[in-house]
Amino acid sequence: MPTTAQEAPPGADEALQAEFDARIAANQRVEPRDWMPEAYRRTLVRQVSQHAHSEIIGMQPEGDWIASAPSLRRKAILLAKVQDEAGHGLYLYAAAETLGVDRNDLTERLIEGRQKYSSIFNYPSLSYADVGVIGWLVDGAAICNQVPLCRTSFGPYARAMVRICKEESFHQRQGYELLMRMMEGTEGQRRMVQDAVDRWWWPSLMMFGPPDADSPNTRQSMTWGIKIDTNDDLRQRFVDMTVPQAEKLGVTLPDPELVWNPERGQHDFGTPDWDELKRVIKGDGPKNAERVSRRRAAHEKGAWVREAATAYARKQQEATV
Amino acid sequence: MSGENIFTGLTEEHDGDARWAFGTGFTEALAGVDTTLPAGVDGADLAVYCQMLGDDALVQSQRLVQWVTDAPELEEEVALANIALDLLGQARLLLARAGQADGTGRDEDAFAYHRDPAQFRNVRLTEAPRGDFAHAVATLLVLSSWRLALFTRLADSADPVVAAIAAKGVNELAYHREYAVAWTLRLGDGTPYSHERMAAAIADVWPLTGELLATHPLEAALAAQGVAVDPASVRDEVHDVLTRVLTAATLPAPEAFPRPVVAGRDGEHSEHLAPLLEELQSVAREHPEATW
Repeated sequence: MPTTAQEAPPGADEALQAEFDARIAANQRVEPRDWMPEAYRRTLVRQVSQHAHSEIIGMQPEGDWIASAPSLRRKAILLAKVQDEAGHGLYLYAAAETLGVDRNDLTERLIEGRQKYSSIFNYPSLSYADVGVIGWLVDGAAICNQVPLCRTSFGPYARAMVRICKEESFHQRQGYELLMRMMEGTEGQRRMVQDAVDRWWWPSLMMFGPPDADSPNTRQSMTWGIKIDTNDDLRQRFVDMTVPQAEKLGVTLPDPELVWNPERGQHDFGTPDWDELKRVIKGDGPKNAERVSRRRAAHEKGAWVREAATAYARKQQEATV
Repeated sequence: MSGENIFTGLTEEHDGDARWAFGTGFTEALAGVDTTLPAGVDGADLAVYCQMLGDDALVQSQRLVQWVTDAPELEEEVALANIALDLLGQARLLLARAGQADGTGRDEDAFAYHRDPAQFRNVRLTEAPRGDFAHAVATLLVLSSWRLALFTRLADSADPVVAAIAAKGVNELAYHREYAVAWTLRLGDGTPYSHERMAAAIADVWPLTGELLATHPLEAALAAQGVAVDPASVRDEVHDVLTRVLTAATLPAPEAFPRPVVAGRDGEHSEHLAPLLEELQSVAREHPEATW
């Protein structure tokens, strides 16, 4: 990895900057008490908190199906999965807090729409096949994105990702296993699966972010070891891994340009609708308003409960003093 | 770790579902347990008794699921989902036992998805609308205190399967009660507003508690054989627990339990059960030939 000297923030000690650069160059972890450039800290706060928000908002599209899961085994699996997502959000908020931010403040930023989360969760989940396809494609894309982050330069984030990736791999497998079962079922079930694949395929490719040429922050993040691979590299890896899985499943990926390129040793594939991605990120997706307002409503309705817990804790503390 | 391998390993063959993260622990809970019916026990009665205990858990779990993505704090989402999952696990084992006991071989899903409301045997407190967080806490406090008292005794049931399910459930229920107690204290002795809401929630829940202590004739018969526990026998213990918790939470001490009346155990339910089941059963019934 290239290690060009970072631009030192005004007033920063050059020796500290040099030490930080050397640490990154040696692939060593940066820990919360270590000195770090302000821009590095800011970038990480944004990335980790957006990741945490994505876990929390991501509970909604699948959470909607827990109550009507078609077997008790599926209900238990889905409930456990959605519970895991809440746990992931908690680890990640904790990792963000090591950078000096406050979880309450991050929550406020989410529910006021000042911070983003993964745009994929602004699409609706329309049938039970969506539960399987979200596991297979959406969690699959998330794993592609997140596995390299187990080696990211900030220690608490990297360690959180190790644990999260292990659970995500189970999530993906439960999704794929559900789809296998459905494809062995009725004609109606097979149609449900294909329909869900048709709707989620392109948004899944968009999860890797805009093309490298339009991703201005990538180079800096890679220099800092916050990001390991480019968006386009990860997208290619995802497509190459997913094609044989789709074949085994017996579904068609909805891209007429998708073809094996023997010269490159990779698949060629079509271009996602980047205008759609921009629209959804800007807040104009099918479910943006609903997702955030639901989180906001839960938070606001729960204010009196949190106040009671704080008041009770204070009383207990006073009683022991 | 190599996540790339995890991902590409997806299309490899696995042995059954033994390697899956979920859905396997439930059957293992009964590994090695003798499933033959105890001598002299009526299988049909035992099946109905298992449905009573199983339906309580299934319906309460379904209500708790309504808190997922709607709780006051993320930690509460995790905890309530966890409790819902424990109860769902208990329901699955009990309903599966019902299908064994009555000789029909029906599985857990046959009971959950293909009975109508009047065939459900849960007490009405489990089907009551979820209300606010104080209601969730009050309901959980009452139900977990009662079920823990029952399961502690059922761990010695003459039916080895019910005994094993109860023994496993005791630890879970002790946690559920601990969670409910912690929140009863926080809300009762938190702010004046939370105190008021917690008191109101207990008052709302209380009229439905009488049913918990009512003895159904079938429970009496099975209790005489050492298979079931007569709910009337846990009345004092449960009342004592609730009195201590509510008093510690600076809330009014509870009145005596209302007159015990059998209702849900005979399939007599409030208007709230049918919509709950309609949602639970909707996808399964829409695709009767499907496999999931």
